[in-house]
Formats: sequence, C-alpha cells, structure tokens
Amino acid sequence: MAELATRSLPLSGVHGGSAIVRLEPAAPATRISLRVRAEDVPALSSALGVDLPMKPKTSVYANGRTALWLGPDEWLVIDEGESGLMTAAANSGALHSATDVSHRNTAILVSGAGAASAINGGCPQDLSLDAFPVGACSRTLFGKVEVVLLRTAEDAFRMEVWRSFSDYAFGLLSEGARDAAL
Amino acid sequence: MLLIHCPYCEEDRSELEFRWAGEAHIARPENIAAISDEEFAEFFFLRNNEKGLTYERWRHIHGCGRFFNAARDTVSDSFLMTYKAGLPKQPVPVAERFAAIAEETSVETWEQTEGDAR
Repeated sequence: MAELATRSLPLSGVHGGSAIVRLEPAAPATRISLRVRAEDVPALSSALGVDLPMKPKTSVYANGRTALWLGPDEWLVIDEGESGLMTAAANSGALHSATDVSHRNTAILVSGAGAASAINGGCPQDLSLDAFPVGACSRTLFGKVEVVLLRTAEDAFRMEVWRSFSDYAFGLLSEGARDAAL
Repeated sequence: MLLIHCPYCEEDRSELEFRWAGEAHIARPENIAAISDEEFAEFFFLRNNEKGLTYERWRHIHGCGRFFNAARDTVSDSFLMTYKAGLPKQPVPVAERFAAIAEETSVETWEQTEGDAR
C-alpha cells in the first residue's frame, strides 16, 4: 500500500455556530503577502489580473482572486484555487516583495443574520453596513489574536487567521455565535 | 473605549489596535560619532516627559502597520490630532486646544480630591 502524506487543514472537520450564525472552515487557498511601492502598483495589478485597491479598507475581486488593502503599500492577495500567484508576481517585472503565506493563514467563514455580532464579541471594529460595507476589509484584533476581516456579503464574513491561532479564534467565535442568538 | 484617528486608514479606530512608540520629532545627530557622552545621553536616553501637550509616535500595529505622529494631552489622555510620519511638528488647532484645557480642569486629580484628606 502506498503511503501518501495527506495534508489537512488546521480546522478540518470542525463546525459550529448557533441558530443565527454559521461557522465553517474555508477551503484551502493560495495567499501572498504583497508589498509594492505606489509607482509599481499598475505593473503588479496587471500581472496578477486583479487591480490592487488604493483606498483604505477596500478589496477588489477579479478572476477568482481577491486583493485586500492592508496598509498604504501592503496587500493580501487570496486565490481560491491552486494558481501561481508567486509566479505571476515574479513575472511582473516590477520591484515588489511577495511572500507565500498560504499555509500560515487559514480562514473561517462566518455567515448568518448574527455574523457581525458574533465577530463583535471579540472585535472592536464597527461592522455596521455603513462603516463596513460588502467588500470592506481590515486587519484588526479578534480577542487576543490579529485577524484580517473581509465582508463577502451583507451577512457573511471571511476571517483570515494564523493557523496556530485558529483554534482560539474558532472557540471565541463559537462563544460569540451563542451570545448572538440569545 | 478610546478612539484614535489613524491618518493612513483615515478612520477612528479602537486603542486596542495601536501601540505607543515614544516621543516624536527627535532628530538623530548628523555625526553621532563626534558628539560627547552628555550630548548622546541627551539624544538617546533623556526625554522631556511633559505634563500637558506632548508629541508622540504611535503605531497602528494591528491595522495598517504604519507609524504616525500624535499630539496628545498627558493630563486628560485625549488625542488632540494625529498626522502622518515624516511631516514637521504640526500646530494644534486652537479649538482642540481649548477643548483640551476645558477637559483638563474637570479631571479629578489626587491633589484635588484626596490631597488634604488624612
């Protein structure tokens, strides 16, 4: 019998939530942490096939890739497939720094009517639709851990968290989900 | 919760996302090898620790990650304004200053409330 190494997600198989919040681990994704100077942004945007957003707290989705603004020269690019983000960035011909963080991060999908209040159980940001509309994203704190939040729909969020903190984040989200349903 | 305005995120965010990073506008000596020990101590170790208006560096470490400068009142702990790193020392707008002074008089200090109590 061939012995094959099977890669499993840090949160594979877990599920949770409450009557109004659904918690599930996101499928594996490719991610890069990207630092680019303003003058090289157009070159990287065309190489990656997604326009890097320049406005704080915004994200752009195109061709299966999401580019999230994290700082004035910093982005997190998430690809839902296995495509070569690193190769694409390397082929841009412009000065940049790209680090593959696909396995550093894992993501938790939070959805349902109580999604925002479940996250607000540990996150100080204003998650009302006025302040945090669909497509808004931000690096912030969730309890004791740093996370990147992305609102994917009016009642759905993607929480990117470092894999070693994912148990903590999931546990705290479960508490928040229970409280939101009270 | 104290809200701090990040000049890069252009938004008020919770203090939890920020870290204090020391006094602002301290110029590094042009030729650090040529200065005396006293001058080095003055540059490197000694801080003004002013009561009232003070200029500080802050970092939005759990947000955009950027350092910026802030004018803060050390008595009332209120932020008078924030501005991007690299800019020269900014004057505090007059209205903010008056608001801070008004707030200062209403801050209960130990001397005011407990100082005479034995």
